[in-house]
Amino acid sequence: MSLLLARPRPAKVREPLGDRIFLLVVKLMLTAMLLAVLAPLAFIVANSFSSAEAVNAGRVRFWPVEFSLHAYQVALTNSQVLQGYYNSLIYAVVGTLISVTLTVAIAYPLSRRTFFGRNVIMTLLIFTMLFSGGLIPTYMVVQNLGMLNTRWALLIPGAIGVWQVIIARTFFANSIPDELYEAAMLDGASEIRTLRSVVLPLSKPLLAVLALMYTIYQWNTYFDALVYLKDPDLFPLQIVLRNMLILNSTRPGAVDLAQQLEQMQLVSVLRYALIVVSSLPVLLIYPFIARHFTKGVMVGAVKG
Amino acid sequence: MATTTPHPIPPAIVDQRPAGPSRRSDVGPIRRSRWAQAQRSWRQHWQLYLLAAVPIAYFVIFKYVPMAFNVIAFKDYSPVLGPWGSEWVGLRNFELLFSNPVFLTLLKNTVVLAVYLVLAAFPIPILLAIALNEIRNGWFKRTVQMVTYAPYFISTVVVVSMTILLLSPRSGIVSTNLLGEPDYFRHIYVWSDVWQTAGYSAVIYMAALAGIDPALHESAKIDGASRLQRIRHIDLPGIMPTAVIVLILGVGNTMAIGFEKAYLLQNDLNLAQSEIIPTYVYKTGLINADFSMATAVGLFNSVVNLFLLLAVNFAAKRVTGKGLWR
Repeated sequence: MSLLLARPRPAKVREPLGDRIFLLVVKLMLTAMLLAVLAPLAFIVANSFSSAEAVNAGRVRFWPVEFSLHAYQVALTNSQVLQGYYNSLIYAVVGTLISVTLTVAIAYPLSRRTFFGRNVIMTLLIFTMLFSGGLIPTYMVVQNLGMLNTRWALLIPGAIGVWQVIIARTFFANSIPDELYEAAMLDGASEIRTLRSVVLPLSKPLLAVLALMYTIYQWNTYFDALVYLKDPDLFPLQIVLRNMLILNSTRPGAVDLAQQLEQMQLVSVLRYALIVVSSLPVLLIYPFIARHFTKGVMVGAVKG
Repeated sequence: MATTTPHPIPPAIVDQRPAGPSRRSDVGPIRRSRWAQAQRSWRQHWQLYLLAAVPIAYFVIFKYVPMAFNVIAFKDYSPVLGPWGSEWVGLRNFELLFSNPVFLTLLKNTVVLAVYLVLAAFPIPILLAIALNEIRNGWFKRTVQMVTYAPYFISTVVVVSMTILLLSPRSGIVSTNLLGEPDYFRHIYVWSDVWQTAGYSAVIYMAALAGIDPALHESAKIDGASRLQRIRHIDLPGIMPTAVIVLILGVGNTMAIGFEKAYLLQNDLNLAQSEIIPTYVYKTGLINADFSMATAVGLFNSVVNLFLLLAVNFAAKRVTGKGLWR
């Protein structure tokens, strides 16, 4: 019966022995790479779910020892962490809005042939990638604008990435046919109306890529906050993490939480839990956005 | 076209459409002078300029004004007098810098770290991409790609924290304090970076491999070429242009090596090798408040970087026939 139902298979050519061995080696190598990437992550996750005693004794490797959620309870009720989370959300959302708007606002005119001087402007933008004003002079500008120690310092000075402008410009230039501009023009649409009603609805993939790039940047960066912010209430999550994880100190003045935790032997587990808690949002959405990210990298690789 | 449309047409459109296939709408039948072109573009498309105004202002304020503020590298900056009013000191800051024994260490640390990073981070993504390219699409391939790509999305702070925890003598997997050993700093920096970016960097090679004509592989197979031979004679030459560009870009970015990670991995014990130019600029300028000196160091770095990039672009042109940018 099954013989009757068997579909005629294309005659499969068995690969030569050498190739099959080679393929096996390749698979082994990939498995090794996979494990090399996974091992540190597993170590962190396993520790975060272990009891404080087990962590402090260094007994945890890649599987939780004496399973416990205590570290997460402490991490998620810590006021600094929550404040950092809240701040980072603000920076990510508002920063992304500002960045995407400004990037489109410059990339769209630069993609239009009717925009006089676009090559000069593009060259001037690219030059800023080759030669930067430097840390101190930029700091002086931010200082002169009165942005030091305000939320604006994290939202404005790094708002536009030249790389993102190139990606957006290339996208507009390559995927919006000239005929559409002509049609819009004949219908009497102004340039801004054309952008809003014709170009942007066709550019959703681009907007997604830009938004993702800027959001991840805002979520993960700490440099601007380190340089421009002093007020702990404005600190984004990454600075809070740095202070707690790397400098190993909690905020002075805050109820001596550190001592309390030390007594509970929790401080070290807390670190593992914090790593998980802070990276989780990005790692959870990452499988859905990786494709777009890749696309973005590729679009940018095509010169406009 | 112009006569059949019911809409009123501005005269500019009519003469903008020459007979013939040309789609360049700003080149009419008669080529106008650039000035006339500019005026016409301005009149007709003023909204484009309006859109661009704010971003252009952004670039002027946050990119070009700082470039001008670099004058304080040649001055004795005083916050009261401002960058323009401060007193000129000529090249004194640079003389001080170059005669400071710290400078050579800084330069060496920066260059060695960056070159090590470029060389170590170069082959692994290629290896990964070629290996992935060899196996059939399926769950294994997808899993490897997903997992190796993931660390790219983890922040520097977290990667450094993980490194510290993994290498801590108390709870980690080694028994000596490697982070306190200056000699280990570079290895830790570079290999944690490879761990984080290999999967991401492989993507560009995967794309290059996907662009190779399958007919080449088919005919090689018919000729009896083994997988290894096909990799050597088809895949490697196929990704060579991409690889050259990546390598050259890496070298060109030597001086632009990041502040973020080095600063986080630094401690008092490993400073002998972990102090690089960007971290030195930060400490001199913002912690010790010596703006002029810090700017001088930063300016030196930017200028060297610019020349490196130009040299590298020249090299890329010679090798691939194409520059990195136009």
